[in-house]
Amino acid sequence: MHTGVRTVWWSVGLSVLLVGVVLASATIGPVAIDAVTVAKAALNAVAIPVGVSVTVESAGAFGASVPVPVPDVSYYYPLSLSVPTTAETIVRQVRLPRIVLAAVVGFSLSAAGAVMQGFFRNPMADPSIIGVSSGAAVGAVATIAFPLAIPFGLQTAAFVGALAAAFGVYAIASEGGRTPVATLLLAGVAVQTLLGAAVSYMLLQAGQSLREAVYWLMGQLSGSSWAEVEVTLPLALLAFAVLYAYTRDLNVLLLGEADAHTLGIEVERTKRILLAVASVITAAAVSVAGVIGFVGLIVPHVMRLLVGPDHRILLPTSALAGGAFLVAADTVARAGPAEVPVGIVTAALGAPFFLYLLRNREVHAL
Amino acid sequence: MIDGEGLTVARGGVTVFEDVSLSVDEGEFVALVGPNGAGKTTLLQVINGVLTPESGTVEVDGRPVTDCSARERGRLVATVPQDTHVGFDFSVADIVAMGRTPYHTRFGRTDREADQRSVRRALDRTDTARFADRPVDEVSGGERQRVLLARALAQDTPALVLDEPTASLDVNHQVETLSLVSDLAASGKAAVAAIHDLDLAARFCDRIVLLADGRVLAEGAPDEVLDATSLGAAFDADAAVTTHPTTGTPSVTALGEPRDRDLTVHVVGTGRTAGRVLTRLHDAGATVTVGPLPEGDFAAETARARNLETVTAPPFGTLDSAVRDRVCTLRDEADVLVAADPPAADGIATLLDARLPVVAVDGTSGADAEASGRTPAVRPQQTTRVVSPGDVLGAVVTVAPERELPADD
Repeated sequence: MHTGVRTVWWSVGLSVLLVGVVLASATIGPVAIDAVTVAKAALNAVAIPVGVSVTVESAGAFGASVPVPVPDVSYYYPLSLSVPTTAETIVRQVRLPRIVLAAVVGFSLSAAGAVMQGFFRNPMADPSIIGVSSGAAVGAVATIAFPLAIPFGLQTAAFVGALAAAFGVYAIASEGGRTPVATLLLAGVAVQTLLGAAVSYMLLQAGQSLREAVYWLMGQLSGSSWAEVEVTLPLALLAFAVLYAYTRDLNVLLLGEADAHTLGIEVERTKRILLAVASVITAAAVSVAGVIGFVGLIVPHVMRLLVGPDHRILLPTSALAGGAFLVAADTVARAGPAEVPVGIVTAALGAPFFLYLLRNREVHAL
Repeated sequence: MIDGEGLTVARGGVTVFEDVSLSVDEGEFVALVGPNGAGKTTLLQVINGVLTPESGTVEVDGRPVTDCSARERGRLVATVPQDTHVGFDFSVADIVAMGRTPYHTRFGRTDREADQRSVRRALDRTDTARFADRPVDEVSGGERQRVLLARALAQDTPALVLDEPTASLDVNHQVETLSLVSDLAASGKAAVAAIHDLDLAARFCDRIVLLADGRVLAEGAPDEVLDATSLGAAFDADAAVTTHPTTGTPSVTALGEPRDRDLTVHVVGTGRTAGRVLTRLHDAGATVTVGPLPEGDFAAETARARNLETVTAPPFGTLDSAVRDRVCTLRDEADVLVAADPPAADGIATLLDARLPVVAVDGTSGADAEASGRTPAVRPQQTTRVVSPGDVLGAVVTVAPERELPADD
């Protein structure tokens, strides 16, 4: 079958799966809500952005006041089906933000993971391979442990830390306009180790806030709001569009850089763009959800087994499957009597599955 | 078609080659030969634009490769890489279709029909259409090489660059691949390939460029470039160049580094038997002299190819005194005398009547040779008889007075 047709069918199928998982997840919780009510409430929550106004607020930092433009998006809600108010509030204000954020984070991490594995031609590559998660961890843990020292929000600090780490690794590995992939990989490992040491030290000094920091490090989505979705969803879709535009180039890059060069790819420029975009969406995902392991590693592997190595189909299917997987994992994480960080669930489900794949020798090159 | 002018490349501060020029015309297949590290691959990477030279220009079809976009370059030069391993289960057709990458723009429409036409043609031309749907890593090495050649053809470029296209192939596929490239060149492409196997280069290429010590050492038709002297200079080794009996093209045998020899053997003999004796002894590191033998004899050819000291004489009749004296001098300087089908000239028997140990080799059957009297049994007590030229080395070492063949160092 033609790649385009296969891509459409797989994407439609996985989108249906994603919506199904989202709705099923929204029925689960301390208060049982039936599926029809959930569906109605969810349809009521469908919003079309109709306008953006920018207001300037002043943010205080180090005693100075800085004007910061804040975009304010207004929405139009096309549907208003009749649903019991309590149920609608629970679904729309409590469960859906968290579920949708889980989908966005899973989508972002899996898309970035698929790109990184192809880019590095290495099966162990994950979205954080160039230090994104470690950088985010430094920013987040610093904010949690020393709230006075860093006057920004935790998520901003994590995002900035993530991008700083990724850019640092890139700068270290680049010389004369070229960035050898092997150097990038090793520099990433070294920087992750260094930042890991910094995080460990801060945890020792964290005192009362240790528990909160550890929770963040394990990845968790509790307390999510629509505000986080409003920032991460457009970013994830935009980044996905850019990555998708480069899937052909990514396929050719799999043949090796010299080959890609002779096939008319601007290798270094393509690498820079892929690395930057994949790092940005990873950073966004990690800064709102903490370090959620294994999603970006496992999901692209599984999809590669199912749909093959062609990124034109692998990237969208990985992203959608990753969204569905993380929603499901987060549902497990919050469904028990005591909530556990979702990172524990993804690792506990993902690692054995990965080992199963390894033992069956189905994961050879990638 | 391909015009490289004054190319200088340095890597890590070391000059790989300097002021090298290379041009390949339309319809021409040029082989790039030379020792490892001579910069063959580097030169090819300059031609296909992967490397930018320190100085010099490369033009393909009149357009400069050194400063045009990657996409433009991909439409000018196609490359068949040395390493054919792909490592992902893309199908053969997928890989060949990647050859169309330079014709795709990111957001514009692609001419799908032209793509399909080119891919189909490339698959047919390389006889890979049969397994177009199979994963590329499941086909054999020879087939994979053809797949990458098909990918290069799908690029529809005027120039074709091949880096060691036959390095990992068996004999049959080497020949198949090179004759395909040769056909492609003949149909209007300019092809240049780095080739290790000099015999194959001579057989399939229109021209050979010998690259060594950072420059072009020799350039021209195969039989002009492949001679013992230039190859010796390029590869730092003794080499013998003969005409291949089947293909009629030059054939090169590397003989290893020149050695110090301390065993000297004089050979009196003709034909294949003597030729093989010479080869055997010379390869083992002995100093070998030979004569008398007729000009144009097989053994004479062998001796010439290896720069052995040779005394030639007319095929029949009595040896004149000058020839005789020369042969006697060589004989007396030798440690061992080998008789291998000696020529049917008068006076040969006297030459073989020497004080030194004699090894007689009868290429045919020993008994027949003795019966026909071709190898006169002079001083039978000091003559060792062997049947095959392959045994000559052992016999010579056994009879050589208080000397040993140098160890193979």
